[in-house]
Amino acid sequence: MKLRFVHPGSSAAKAPVDHEFAVVVDGLTKNFGKFVAVDHVSFRVKRGEVFGFLGPNGAGKSTTIRMLCGLFSPTAGSATVGGFDIATRPDDVKSQIGYMSQRFSLYEDLTVEQNINFYGGIYGLDGLRLEKRKRWAIEMAGLRGKEAMLAHALSGGWRQRLALGCSILHEPPILFLDEPTGGVDPVSRRNFWDLIYDLSHTGVTVFVTTHYMDEAEHCNTIGLIYNGKLISIGSPTELKHGLDRYAIYEVQSSSPVDAMEFLRRQSWVAETSIFGSAFHVSILNDPHSKKKIQQLLTKEGVRVDRIEQIIPSLEDVFINRIAEEDAQRNGTIH
Amino acid sequence: MVLNILPIVRKEFRQIKRDKRILSVLLFVPALMLLMFGYALNFDVKHTSMAVYDEDRTSVSRAFIEQFFISEYFDKVQTLESKSDINTLLDGEHARVVLVIPSTFTADIQRGRNAAVQVIVDGTNSNAAATVLGYVNAIIQQYSVKVMTESLVRMGRQTISMPVDYQPRVWYNPELKSAKFLVPGLIAFILMVTAVISTALAIVRERELGTMEQLMVSPVKPVELILGKTIPYTVISSLATVAILFLGYVLFDVSIKGSILLLSLVTFIFLVGSLGMGILISTVVETQQLAFMIAVIVSMLPTFILSGFVFPIRNMPMIIQGITYIMPARYFLVALRAIILKGAGLSAFWDQAAILLVYAVLMIGISSLRMRKILT
Repeated sequence: MKLRFVHPGSSAAKAPVDHEFAVVVDGLTKNFGKFVAVDHVSFRVKRGEVFGFLGPNGAGKSTTIRMLCGLFSPTAGSATVGGFDIATRPDDVKSQIGYMSQRFSLYEDLTVEQNINFYGGIYGLDGLRLEKRKRWAIEMAGLRGKEAMLAHALSGGWRQRLALGCSILHEPPILFLDEPTGGVDPVSRRNFWDLIYDLSHTGVTVFVTTHYMDEAEHCNTIGLIYNGKLISIGSPTELKHGLDRYAIYEVQSSSPVDAMEFLRRQSWVAETSIFGSAFHVSILNDPHSKKKIQQLLTKEGVRVDRIEQIIPSLEDVFINRIAEEDAQRNGTIH
Repeated sequence: MVLNILPIVRKEFRQIKRDKRILSVLLFVPALMLLMFGYALNFDVKHTSMAVYDEDRTSVSRAFIEQFFISEYFDKVQTLESKSDINTLLDGEHARVVLVIPSTFTADIQRGRNAAVQVIVDGTNSNAAATVLGYVNAIIQQYSVKVMTESLVRMGRQTISMPVDYQPRVWYNPELKSAKFLVPGLIAFILMVTAVISTALAIVRERELGTMEQLMVSPVKPVELILGKTIPYTVISSLATVAILFLGYVLFDVSIKGSILLLSLVTFIFLVGSLGMGILISTVVETQQLAFMIAVIVSMLPTFILSGFVFPIRNMPMIIQGITYIMPARYFLVALRAIILKGAGLSAFWDQAAILLVYAVLMIGISSLRMRKILT
């Protein structure tokens, strides 16, 4: 048995040609005992796009991404990543992907350079290619001059960028990021998204999970996932226009909590949610709703300072979709 | 099959080098243990403190008492004046043995009657007490024979020869030094402890920190991970073995009588089994703390107590003896002592080696299956 470095995928078959979609998911399901973590999810991710998986904690985002990366095997359904079936060609899938999770899996007792050497090594990088990619990763992470620092001594933002660098040393065409900005300061988050755009511009498909609405706005396509189900999918603009049935009003009033409570009891109000000092009310579209809200609140003794129809934010979309989903599950209709 | 092991091996060595604790556990603790066990764990029973209460006080009784102190086995600490002193003396551990000679001693001997001598031994350390009783018995027998011979000579027999002449020869460890017995045992003990604990920790650490997940999405195969993880610890454990053998030779004069090749081979088989056990532990627990505890419980304690390292297995109750059969160190120890102390060849312990081989194959097999399950 000879020990030497091998290039991953060097002997692997070429991916079946699918120029359009990097990830194709069909009826993917994962049960943990009786708990259904992912429930018949189907979607497609175009090559080169930034695909965001948005949902609250425990919605099934990580479970889906982990199935696509080969960390879990699905209970039912199928998926291909880079053209390879995750169930039958897991090794080929591995050569196509980079993966980074919230844990920034670095070896804290190794230096920046040693971490890069190790991750490069297990992906079979050596010689000139390793040197080139190492230089690239250090530049990208802004760690020049810090090569000999222990990973443990790096701050959150640096660790995050180094972890990203380590996970794409082998230049995978598809990158999975599982809540990549958790525990990182806003400036670092901003820089990180710039890096994701740069990657996307070079043709890398980025599949990212998040529960930050502002991050979701950066994506080309967003999938909303809730209770294991994909409840909406589309570009941020499409999703917002998908709320056509509803009109969203922002209301500034004297006692927002009471006002929201009161409005929620009305059958024609779909959802209310607090937004800073104001609150948002979504109402089944009706040309007289503005007047209706004003009259009702005034009758209840609430002083209405300002009321205007607004373009829904992603958060509005998300809250409405979740409310609809909950209503369907509970069998009640607004 | 081309395996990509080097990056993992290199990384593992770097981490070991960085972690001074692991390094010291692997290299210095063995040496320290050898010193401690070699010097402190001494089963040789010599210079036992003995007090004498002589009620007879004759030249005969004094000559008898003298027999005890011309050997190096007993040191006279006190001559008692009253019988009641015996209790305080033994309680305070001022003496381990008290020899009581009754006032009729000389008279009984001279009249050819049975002269009774009382020996009181502090039995708190039962092993030592048994040995001491053996020595006392031997000295009294010797004295009895002398008295009998003299009286027969007086009765007219010119020459007396004993029907059976006792000519002891102790093989393999002629000076009966405990260290010779302990050094091979210590090798087994240290290998077991370092191999099991360090591999278990090295793998569980990756799971705990989440780096295992990163390896699982990479093209690293389970076999590459297992080999990459165990090779560094095999190398270090082997170095520790060499260090113990060297120190054993320098400090305790224990040299390897048999084939070094055979010794390396048997040690390697044992090591592989122990590494397998470490991997197995790492696949069933999630935290380093728990891994450490379980590794200590399954490796350190049984190897110390149940392998025959310190306590002879034949003295154990039957049930415990039964349990010792599942201790790999038990078989390794027999083989080690045979090679190091006796210079024996494989034919002397092939059965033990075969069991070790089965153990190694079993451990690696089960742990690889478990590992595969975790990794995919």
